[in-house]
Amino acid sequence: MARLTIDRVTKSFGAFRALDDVSLEVADGEFMAILGASGCGKTTLLRQIAGFDKLDAGRILIGDSVVSALGRHVPPERRRIGIVFQSYALWPHMCVAENVAYGLTVAGVKDPERAQRVEAALALVELAGFADRRPAMLSGGQRQRVALARCLVAEPSLVLLDEPLANLDVNLRASMEDEFARFHARTGTTMIYVTHDQAEAMALADRIAVMDHGMLRQVATPSQLYREPADDVVAAFIGEGMVLPVDVRSVDGDGTCDVDLFGHTVKMRCSSQQRPGARMRACVRARDLTIVAASSPGVDARIDHAIYQGGHFRLEAHPVAAPDLHLHLTVPEPSALRPGAEIRLDVADGWIIPRT
Amino acid sequence: MPEAAGWRERFESYGLLWGLLLVVAILSIAPLARLLLEGVAPHGSLSTDAIARVLSSTATWTATRHSLATALGGTIVALAVGGVVALVVSLTDIRARNAFVFCFVLPMMIAPQVIALAWLELFGPASPLLKALGVAQTLGGRNPLYSPQGIVLVLGVQYAPLVFLTLRAGLRTLPSAMIEAGLAAGAGALTVLRTIVLPLMTPPLVAGVALTFVSCLGNFGIPALLGIPGNYLVLPTLIYQRMAGLGPSALAEVSVLSMLIGVIAVVGILLQELMLSRRDFRVSTTSTAARPFELERWRVPVEIALWAWTTLVLFLPLAALVLGSLVPAVGVPLAAKTATLANYQFVMFGHDAARRALFNSFSMSATAAIAIVTVAVPLAYFVVWQRTRLLKFVNFAIEVPYALPGVVLAIAAILLFLKPLPVVGVSLYNTVWIILFCYLGRFLVLGLRPVIGGYYQIDRTLEEASQIAGARLGRRLVTIIVPLIAPAATAGALLIFLTAFNELTVSALLWSSGAETLGVIFFSFQQGGDSTYAAALGTLTVVVTTGLMLSTLLMAGRLPAGVLPWRD
Repeated sequence: MARLTIDRVTKSFGAFRALDDVSLEVADGEFMAILGASGCGKTTLLRQIAGFDKLDAGRILIGDSVVSALGRHVPPERRRIGIVFQSYALWPHMCVAENVAYGLTVAGVKDPERAQRVEAALALVELAGFADRRPAMLSGGQRQRVALARCLVAEPSLVLLDEPLANLDVNLRASMEDEFARFHARTGTTMIYVTHDQAEAMALADRIAVMDHGMLRQVATPSQLYREPADDVVAAFIGEGMVLPVDVRSVDGDGTCDVDLFGHTVKMRCSSQQRPGARMRACVRARDLTIVAASSPGVDARIDHAIYQGGHFRLEAHPVAAPDLHLHLTVPEPSALRPGAEIRLDVADGWIIPRT
Repeated sequence: MPEAAGWRERFESYGLLWGLLLVVAILSIAPLARLLLEGVAPHGSLSTDAIARVLSSTATWTATRHSLATALGGTIVALAVGGVVALVVSLTDIRARNAFVFCFVLPMMIAPQVIALAWLELFGPASPLLKALGVAQTLGGRNPLYSPQGIVLVLGVQYAPLVFLTLRAGLRTLPSAMIEAGLAAGAGALTVLRTIVLPLMTPPLVAGVALTFVSCLGNFGIPALLGIPGNYLVLPTLIYQRMAGLGPSALAEVSVLSMLIGVIAVVGILLQELMLSRRDFRVSTTSTAARPFELERWRVPVEIALWAWTTLVLFLPLAALVLGSLVPAVGVPLAAKTATLANYQFVMFGHDAARRALFNSFSMSATAAIAIVTVAVPLAYFVVWQRTRLLKFVNFAIEVPYALPGVVLAIAAILLFLKPLPVVGVSLYNTVWIILFCYLGRFLVLGLRPVIGGYYQIDRTLEEASQIAGARLGRRLVTIIVPLIAPAATAGALLIFLTAFNELTVSALLWSSGAETLGVIFFSFQQGGDSTYAAALGTLTVVVTTGLMLSTLLMAGRLPAGVLPWRD
């Protein structure tokens, strides 16, 4: 177990900047998710940590030792890391036990110690009776667990997981998520978990690092990420936040402020450093919007689409004052609201996106 | 009103399929069935007497021993060279990969007999290389290549690309995660190679070895040039000598010999199947192909070694061949003053049979290429998109004439066509048509493989869309499928043309006056001691072959990967 330090790492493929000045600290025993859409650079970052690629600038440290820097590159086989690939990468010519034992065999660990450790690792992932099976005879979830056992048997300082649930069906995903969480609690290994699925990241991680276009946008706990996004990109990406223009009138001492949203005054949350000012942006969630009577104060909007989603409708609308912006909210069934109808919305909460 | 599957549609579909199956049956199955019949029903020209005579002859078993020895030796050389080169090219970061692959695969595309002559020139008494090194032999000294070792060496060089290509294709599909998982587990590059890469590459390696063994076994040009002078006979050259000496009266005997060689080839192929059926090698992941290992300070030495090898086995022999073609007569030392183009003039314009052969080889290769592709495009349509059990058998029937040594097919064709055809009463024997027939049967698979590869790249919905638009099968083939498959079909046609153009094994047994091929004329020049003419003719075929190969690189971007063996 060890902490991981990524210090201003940059990597380009030709003219394409896959990683742009990325810095990240992962504490010993932490479960860190790296979240982003495909092509955002998250897998490139993982491959840098593993040592499969060389970086262009910056440093990577595992514990106190520099493993990647310009002119210094510790090869992957000497980094003492474990990795679970999206494809699992189980060797088809070896049985389950041979797959798991591989790292120990390479390290020169002999039986009976090797056999004991393999058995313990298989027991840990609840595959005790499967030692002699071939990978081809296992189900997706079982393969996943063999890959996990293989990466843990050598007690790595750091475990990397590259979209490990992407190839599983929805039901299996939920149970594997539980398994990862329990597993992390039991072993206390530092884990880096790359995924494009925010629900997965939120469910599992101590902290989440959001990546976009090769840059790290925000590193925070799941709740902080949802409640207090650092910029527009994170606000829009996490939980489908709506980014709306506001003028901050006055800031209270308790982390709230009064803002003007399309001429309507609303109370929102903000950071302690927030100053009043015009033309700011706020992140508003669908659950913060409720339809009120036309006589009540609120923001006027016109409905574009009403999409039935089982038990409720998702309404997509635009503010009458700003037709280019999009709003969305859910209303329970039954609802008589149809496209074209005008509604008045109460905004209960919001977060002032800090200017960066 | 919509009609349920009209007779016309059904006729089009089934008619086309059965027509194609008939063509395959005539080209591939009929000759081999005729040969087998000769073995089981000794009422034709064969009798148990002939079998007994052949099997009790010491010449048979000496040639069999020689065949096995040279084929195994050549396979071992090809495996060592082709295997190492495939690993280096696929898994390391060497530069100029494309140029190297082109040069490495080139010997396979050049006629074996021309390669053999090039090597003879390189080590012969007039060798410019040996003279420069001061170790040239005196005239009349024995060329070291006239030996089993020489045959093994040249076979190895000729077929190393076969091992290379099959292993390279396998390595392309090896997911990088398989290697990276090993590295992450703490294994070094060489351990990963030994414990993961090579075990997973067993199927392509075994397939490459089997293919190479069968190719070495069936090769005629190399043992003919290097073995006959020292009376070191292998089965194909023994069959050739019997046929050349006795003509059709030897047919009973050579049928048995060709079945013997066929049995050895089949045993080799079955051994391969047996080895591969025992373990699970299926790779079931989807990640991208392996990324190269960085060689760092070893990169330049490795690159030097690769190109030194290419120079030694390709550039130097070809240079010796060209120099040999410029000498006015065998034995005359080559200098600026003595160099002449008279040999080229003679083989192109001065020699009737050579001129005929040029025409025959060109026209037969082109005809075979066009005819095969015309059959292959609709046939592959049924094989890929309408797979039935029957078509699996067809696939097998097409592979066999190419997998079996060429002499087997040639003898089978002679048996089939020795008597005039029934009904029409025309005899194909002793005409170009029997050679063309064998080309069509033997090279059908060369055209079919790239076309099948092309179909797998086409989105089936393109065809389905035109079907919805109301186009029937014939129209869909012409307006939608042919334009999409054209690049792959062109590549297949070129592959057939080049192979047929450089071919000798089949025509050596089937040629007759007026029906010569370039390979036959080349061989007869060389046998008759006119090696300067042979060198000139060989140089010409090398130039045509290399030129066509290079020209294909222009359309390489539009081809499915792996269709052109010489393009990486």
